Amino acid sequence: MNLSDFTHNAYFASLSGGLLIGLAAAMLVLLNGRIAGISGILGGLTQAKKGDKSWRILFLLGLVTAPFVYRISFGLPAVTIEAENIALIIAGLLVGIGTRYASGCTSGHGVCGISRGSLRSIVATLTFMTAGFITVYLTRHLLGL
Amino acid sequence: MLNLNAFFVGLIFGLGLIISGMTNPAKVLGFLDLAGAWDPSLAFVMGGAILIGSGSFALAKKRKRSFLGAAMKIPSTTRLDKRLVLGSLTFGVGWGIAGFCPGPAIVSAAAGEPKAWLFVVAMCVGMALYSLIELRHK
Repeated sequence: MNLSDFTHNAYFASLSGGLLIGLAAAMLVLLNGRIAGISGILGGLTQAKKGDKSWRILFLLGLVTAPFVYRISFGLPAVTIEAENIALIIAGLLVGIGTRYASGCTSGHGVCGISRGSLRSIVATLTFMTAGFITVYLTRHLLGL
Repeated sequence: MLNLNAFFVGLIFGLGLIISGMTNPAKVLGFLDLAGAWDPSLAFVMGGAILIGSGSFALAKKRKRSFLGAAMKIPSTTRLDKRLVLGSLTFGVGWGIAGFCPGPAIVSAAAGEPKAWLFVVAMCVGMALYSLIELRHK
C-alpha cells in the first residue's frame, strides 16, 4: 500500500494526521516546556516578553513551511472554501476574539488541554464544538445558506 | 535548540493538519453537520493527537524543567469562568461559519488560498481587538 492509497481513506488520513499533531504537541511540551496552542502562540506574540518571542516566530515559520514541503512531496490536496468573503471576515473576527478570551482553540484546548486532563479545556472544547454544530445546523438546515 | 525544535514542531503540526483534512473547510463543515451527510472522520484527528498527547503530558507534568532545560510553562488556572465559556462560544460560531480554526487557516493561507488570507487577516484583527480591550482594562 503506498501513501496515496493510505491517505485516500479518510479515517486513516485523519488518524495519521492526528498522530503527527500529537507528536508535535509532545515535542513542544517535552523539549520546550510549552503548549502547542496556535491561537496562544500567535495572539501572545505582541505581548510576549523579550526572549519569549523567537520560539513563537520559529513555530509559525515551521507551520507556514508545511504546505510547501507537502506540495513538493505529494502535491497539496484540493480544498473547498464555500463561505462568502463577508462570512469569512465575520468568522475570522469571531475566531480571533473568541480564542483569545477562551485562552485557546482546537489545538491548545482540544488537543493539549484534553491530553493533560484539564477541566477548563474539556469545557472549552465541548462549548466550541457545540457552538459549531449549532451554527452549521442553523446556516445549512434552517436558513439554507 | 529551543528555536530549532519550535520550527520542526510547527512543520510537523502543519503537515499533520494537511494530512488529516483539517485544512479543508468543506470537510470540517461536513464534520460539524450532524443533521446532514455527517462525516465523522475528523474525530480521529483529535483521537490520534490525544493518544500521543496524554502520555507526553503525563510525563511533562512530573518534570521541573523540559528535556532541553527550559522552564515548564503549563497553565495552572482551573477556574471555569464566563470568559472561557463565552470565548469558546464565540470561537465555535466563527468555526461553524467558515470551517476554519486558527492553525488550518494559517496553513491554507500559506498554501496560497486567497479566501484563507481574508480569514487570517480578520482573525489577527480580532486578536488585536482583544489585546486593545484588555490593555485598556489593565
